[in-house]
Amino acid sequence: MHQIRIHGRGGQGVVTAAELIAIAAFKEGRIAQAFPAFGVERTGAPIEAFSRIDQRPIRTREQVNEPDILIIQDPTLIGTVNLTRGSTKKTVAIINTSKDKKEIGLDLPSENIHTVDATKIALEKIGRNIVNTTILGAFAKVTGLVSLDSLKQAIREKFKGKGKEIIEKNIKAIEESYIKNF
Amino acid sequence: MPQIKSQILEGSHAIALTVKNIAPDVISAYPITPQTHIVEDLAKFKADGQAGYEFLRAESEFAAASIVLGASAAGSRVYTATSSQGLLLMTEVVYNIAGMRLPVVMTCANRAVSAPINIWNDQQDVHAVSHAGWILLFAENSQEAVDQHILAYKLAEQLRLPVMVNVDGFTMTHTYEPVIIPEAAAIKKYLPAFKPRAGEFLDPTDPVTLGAFAGPASYMEIREELHKDLRNSLETIEKEYQKFNKIFNQKGDPQLEDQRSKIDNGLFEYYGPKKPKTILVAMGSVIGTIKEAADKINGSSRFNLLKGGVGVLKIKVFRPLPSSAIIPILKRAKYIAVIDKAIGLGHLGPLASDLKAAAQGKIKAKIGSFVVGLGGRDITEEMIIKIIREAGKVGDEARFVGK
Repeated sequence: MHQIRIHGRGGQGVVTAAELIAIAAFKEGRIAQAFPAFGVERTGAPIEAFSRIDQRPIRTREQVNEPDILIIQDPTLIGTVNLTRGSTKKTVAIINTSKDKKEIGLDLPSENIHTVDATKIALEKIGRNIVNTTILGAFAKVTGLVSLDSLKQAIREKFKGKGKEIIEKNIKAIEESYIKNF
Repeated sequence: MPQIKSQILEGSHAIALTVKNIAPDVISAYPITPQTHIVEDLAKFKADGQAGYEFLRAESEFAAASIVLGASAAGSRVYTATSSQGLLLMTEVVYNIAGMRLPVVMTCANRAVSAPINIWNDQQDVHAVSHAGWILLFAENSQEAVDQHILAYKLAEQLRLPVMVNVDGFTMTHTYEPVIIPEAAAIKKYLPAFKPRAGEFLDPTDPVTLGAFAGPASYMEIREELHKDLRNSLETIEKEYQKFNKIFNQKGDPQLEDQRSKIDNGLFEYYGPKKPKTILVAMGSVIGTIKEAADKINGSSRFNLLKGGVGVLKIKVFRPLPSSAIIPILKRAKYIAVIDKAIGLGHLGPLASDLKAAAQGKIKAKIGSFVVGLGGRDITEEMIIKIIREAGKVGDEARFVGK
């Protein structure tokens, strides 16, 4: 089983990101689960969401306390939230930052940290600082857990009601973050 | 029935799609977290022209419950959903619905109650109405929630008893997982359109009085009859569950298959070795976490194990309590730990308290009461393993396991 924990803030689409991962994995024939851990329901509050991917039915409802993969949408959470709680030497982190990974102060082995300037990509491709979809391109590239194609399908399905333009912009953004070499 | 493929959906959306396919005549609700997504979806289906029901957004939960009471009394198939304080506000009407023998179906997205105010999951809310005369079902996952909603209407309309399907707030309502939604045509085969019997609903051409005054000479018999009908409904629940499984055969989808269950019927499920040392008993979504923890304790040999290890007893029907059906299971264990997501303040966990009463003089094992997950506290496999280890050392008081 692969366990993913996503950190972000209320309003950044943290929950949607977890759901998109689950939808994409399901499309590839695997079992997936996604759920949020809401804090107080307000914009800007730290929020976590979780995804699990497995070949067999997923029964546990425990939060992801021992993540294989961490996705950090907002670098300002470093130092305010215990982002690496429960992580091991094998835990891989994908973080949205413009800084070098040695400068960000994330408590993980340097080779396990992957940075992507998702904010810049989102501003360019979507026109808004919404990084939840953007960072998933990097997630797919780094982990290989879902393909870029399945992610695009998941976005088309999940954002069906939001219109073609928004879907295409989000797809451009994940493509851009997928291109980056890690 | 042709095999329908599973989809990955949010629990609330899965429930809403199922309710739409069941085709109620009247839905009334008032939004409250974590139930909101269900009724939002149902309102949207109506607004988009995909559903034929009347949707009334009420001014409070009291009004929502009263509206479905009235519509049901007039012979309609009805639906409502709520959580926590919403259910508490409905309480007076909830009792009336059962007393009037109305086949109302409600989803309770279980949530903690105030004070302190808390929007997260536990099961304290439903226990506030567990003596009201409703059949109370508990679902472990999205598929079971979907199936129980269809079953709920079949039971309600056949037995003239209201049915509440309990789904853990957030843990199920806000979780994406694979699920099969039966199509409307398939549901209709199992659950024909609701036709209330003459003299049992408000009909201007055949006037009747419902919920009439009853004095000391008759009230007691009416209540006794309701109680007996509830007790006797266990048989119908089991029969309808078997019929349901024959028609829908949800377990045919390999993606959802979990063949490891040893005993699975309409009232309970037992998962584990034949002669376990310890049995854990619980209701709702925490069962999944408990099964994982039990597997870890039982080790790789799992069900080759004949003696020792941990068994899991999932109670699907809390009211009426299937007392005599579960006693033979409880008899197998040396230790029994009941895991409640609620506390009967001043006594024990509500399920633990009930099982003690049901098992009195019938089993040797001592029943321990463990309380977990109040107000949305994460329930970890580690906590469950701790409970398994402590099951033999329980006292008479409820033990709160928060870490």
